[in-house]
Amino acid sequence: MPKHVVATVEEIPPGGRKVVEIAGRSIGVFNLGGDYFALRNRCPHQGGPLCLGKQSGFIHSPLPGEYEYSRQGEILKCPWHSWEFDIRTGQSWFDPARVRVRQYDVTVAPAQALLDREAPAPGLEPGPYVAETYPVTVEQQYIVIDLPG
Amino acid sequence: MTATATDRLAQIVAQGVIDADLNVVVPSSADLFPYLPEYWREQINQTGFKGPGESSYPASAETSARPEAKPDGGPAGSSLALLQQQALDPWGTEIGILTCAYAVEAIHNPDAAVAMASAVNDWLIAEWLDKEPRLRASIVVPSQQPELAAREIDRVGGHPGFVQVYLPVRAEAPYGNRRYLPLLDAAVRNDLVVGIGFGGSPPNPPTPSGWPSYYMEEWAGMASIFQSQLMNLIFEGVFDRFPALRVTLIESGFTWLPSLLWRWNKEWKGLRPQTPWVRRLPSEYVHEHVRLTTQPWDAPPVEAQFLQIIDQLGSDELLLFSTDYPHWQYDTPEEALPPAGLPDALIAKIMRDNARTFYRL
Ligand code: FES
Repeated sequence: MPKHVVATVEEIPPGGRKVVEIAGRSIGVFNLGGDYFALRNRCPHQGGPLCLGKQSGFIHSPLPGEYEYSRQGEILKCPWHSWEFDIRTGQSWFDPARVRVRQYDVTVAPAQALLDREAPAPGLEPGPYVAETYPVTVEQQYIVIDLPG
Repeated sequence: MTATATDRLAQIVAQGVIDADLNVVVPSSADLFPYLPEYWREQINQTGFKGPGESSYPASAETSARPEAKPDGGPAGSSLALLQQQALDPWGTEIGILTCAYAVEAIHNPDAAVAMASAVNDWLIAEWLDKEPRLRASIVVPSQQPELAAREIDRVGGHPGFVQVYLPVRAEAPYGNRRYLPLLDAAVRNDLVVGIGFGGSPPNPPTPSGWPSYYMEEWAGMASIFQSQLMNLIFEGVFDRFPALRVTLIESGFTWLPSLLWRWNKEWKGLRPQTPWVRRLPSEYVHEHVRLTTQPWDAPPVEAQFLQIIDQLGSDELLLFSTDYPHWQYDTPEEALPPAGLPDALIAKIMRDNARTFYRL
């Protein structure tokens, strides 16, 4: 399972995102309050660039005229036809069981885990890590995407 | 009339029919005098006020009435005896639901509108419901005054003969507008269907692009107003607010509905944050809450094509057989039937069972 270093943690602050290209796949990495999520940048509807869409809150209404707004920024709207996806789960709002966008595991790894094959950080597989574009230095924390082959 | 057509009619009649749209007409405001307070009788006698005037079916328009339906000295649809002979008996109708498009919505004096509506409802009870047990009726309300309409619904809604509140499809504002909440609430609390029917006399024209020139345009074009009304009811969240609300579209046609269901279901997936109370596919609201009467028949007479439309509607429980008596929609009773060759179960649903279930008859 190749893991790919895609950013430093500073690059994607809370509320931020970064769209990266890994092994021919476009993937959006989001930071929701310190938790990282990676979604395929391809809408399950008609293939729109989902991860370029607006982030909104979750709107629920128990009755006409009543608005319960929560989870600001955690819903991703496709820029093509505005389907809503939950960034935390990849599920669509209107049919969560069947319409969902592919998610990838994201971890934050200290540089040591990337550099030292013999003593990786707990919970992380030892390399090889694909980090061509990142000069990995010991002081940094890195965002790593687990891309199944 | 061919032998097979006659046989077919006989077979259907034998199984029982519920007619979801029979139209009755108040012959003249004088006929309402027994049901009007003294003050309003005097107003009618001594001022120019004569009630709402001509309904949406001008007496002389060809489609308004079958010629034989006009009793001596009265408009078509004003005689119980003729209705029994021409609409109930030939069809073996078990139950027929009356609507009366008495245009109280055209009366600007709200108290006069209430008085006339109440008089029509009491007239319906005394002249029709009390005299013919096969009949049910729709309550006439001053829909332009929703609070007063609600009071009238509460006044007569407990009468077992009333199964529906009648609203003309043309209105000052679509019925999902929040101004109508008291009216819809009253219908639900009295366990009545809301029947939205052809016509109406609001102050605005019958198309959003202005007044058409010819009756044909108003007659066949009314379908677009039904579409606007239905769309409004769904997206205003009326069915979310009133989960028990039932709506019948009367004389609306029905072949236009599949294309709207497709479009609504498609667009809702992206636009739903604007109407977050709409939590299910729009088509599901239609299937659960809405029915449509069959006349004027706008579907192909060919069985295979008709079955496609049922399939596209997504439910075989939406259509309610109606004759639309005395309006002139067909020449022989056979022509009012669904096409030949349909499955028996579907025929039974359309001719009887759908209405029985929906109206709890
Ligand atoms: S492609 Fe994303 S909503 Fe249509």
